Amino acid sequence: MKPFEYLKPSTLTQAIDIGRQPDGMFVAGATTTLDLMKYHVWQPNKLIDITGLPLRGISFKNSVLTLSALETMTAAAYHPAVMQHFRVISQSLLLAASQQIRNVATIGGNLLQRTRCPYYRDTSFRCNRRNPGSGCDAVLGANRNHAILGTSDQCIATHASDLCVALVALDAQVVIQGVAGERVVPLTQLYRLPGAAPEREYALLPGELITAVRVSASAATRSSTYLKVRDRNSYAFALSSAAVGLDVKRGVVKQAHVALGGVGTVPWKATLAETYLLGKPATREHFTEAARLAVTGAIPQKDNAFKIELVQRIIVQALDETATSR
Amino acid sequence: MNDDSNRMPLSDLPKQAGRRDFVKQLSSLGFFLVPEPVKLPDPIDTPALPALLSVDHSAARMVPVTMQINDKTVKRTIDARTTLLDLLREHLGLTGTKKGCDHGACGACTVHVNGQNINSCLALAIMHQNQPVTTIEGLGSPEALHPMQAAFIKHDGFQCGYCTSGQIMSAVTVAGDGRARTEADIRELMSGNLCRCGAYNGIIAAIQSVAANENKLETKSTKP
Repeated sequence: MKPFEYLKPSTLTQAIDIGRQPDGMFVAGATTTLDLMKYHVWQPNKLIDITGLPLRGISFKNSVLTLSALETMTAAAYHPAVMQHFRVISQSLLLAASQQIRNVATIGGNLLQRTRCPYYRDTSFRCNRRNPGSGCDAVLGANRNHAILGTSDQCIATHASDLCVALVALDAQVVIQGVAGERVVPLTQLYRLPGAAPEREYALLPGELITAVRVSASAATRSSTYLKVRDRNSYAFALSSAAVGLDVKRGVVKQAHVALGGVGTVPWKATLAETYLLGKPATREHFTEAARLAVTGAIPQKDNAFKIELVQRIIVQALDETATSR
Repeated sequence: MNDDSNRMPLSDLPKQAGRRDFVKQLSSLGFFLVPEPVKLPDPIDTPALPALLSVDHSAARMVPVTMQINDKTVKRTIDARTTLLDLLREHLGLTGTKKGCDHGACGACTVHVNGQNINSCLALAIMHQNQPVTTIEGLGSPEALHPMQAAFIKHDGFQCGYCTSGQIMSAVTVAGDGRARTEADIRELMSGNLCRCGAYNGIIAAIQSVAANENKLETKSTKP
């Protein structure tokens, strides 16, 4: 790693002030940060440890879950309110990473994790995300794990988080604190499609800190499933995944949540699928059509055309399991 | 800073020169010199080389840290970049914790911090000051084996032994926190510890035997 100055602010204001200056990076759980620093992908001059800030706590009040940014994946996954009212969130956390990583990795950090694209992670390859304008070696390279949705000719890297897929499915909001104060936005607005500028990954101003994530409970969040398919049984990123939630009354879908992982350059909200399902009978036939709509606009890469079919099957199975397990 | 009063006791290290010392002596005697220099082809000028070669290590920041390692307070002044893993192995001589991948993928570096198993390779020492850290050395000793260590021996839970420290550290938390109900649960919760020798079945048997014997297994370090 490149040498850095280590700082540990004790207040949010201090942290934001230091973070606004160039060449500094926040660090909390440190699992992604140290990984990328060891590979020289990230080389901050200042490392700003935010673990001393009062950004802890998980609460469930008035049907709203608040996950503070510094809570660990483990703490969130096993929290009674999360397990009872937001099953898909708990599942997405427990199917991610390893126990060692879950014990330290934070909610805020999970939201901001970087792609696992090997061309991004290896500085000997060309990468527009890491080095704007240098090119993308993934497009003609080994791209089995890359995206089929939200890609551009500049970048086809998959967003790797499982938690984000569940949160995006359930219409979570993210609370952000900056020099101008607090703002609350739909989580989907935090993520930027690569487009012509893949280096602009997250819609955060310099110094801004995620302080919490909020999700509202409903029948469709309680009856929810995360289904993840990967090359091995555990401790691997998704080839494809789906987070779904269903509220079914008398066999008819009243509310549907569908989001996809492993296939998008950002956590992929399948709005067309959700809208289609409203008012439809909760049958396999309609789940299949919803899945077909979910992959609208999918563009296969050289090595990952199978994902278009795979993710549809995952969506159908996840909806099926959710509908029958109520 | 060379304050020997804070140095970890050497009683855990071999009294006579061990394998590590032997190899160090051999290399210092020039035992591994190649008789004739080998002409290597010119390295391909990849972008990675300039990034690595241009790191200015003279800009390294030294920071004082106070650590709680195996129930002992330890103070050192270290490069801020020092991981918890490197602090344990290189600065404290606690080489029971191993460096496998150095990127959090294999679990060989697993230790307990605040009673939870974590990858010490992905932890900066300075970020874990004053937090109780337990290494394999703190779990048990040859004279007083931790029940999990005894179980690994009894149930053939290792071959080369390189992953074993990490496996045992994770095994203690998996057997102790009550979340693993079935063998599938154990395998899932142990998935952060890889074993290239494939001793998994013995590891599972060891964990099952400990979990069966005691409902909750306390780790050796005191709770914060």
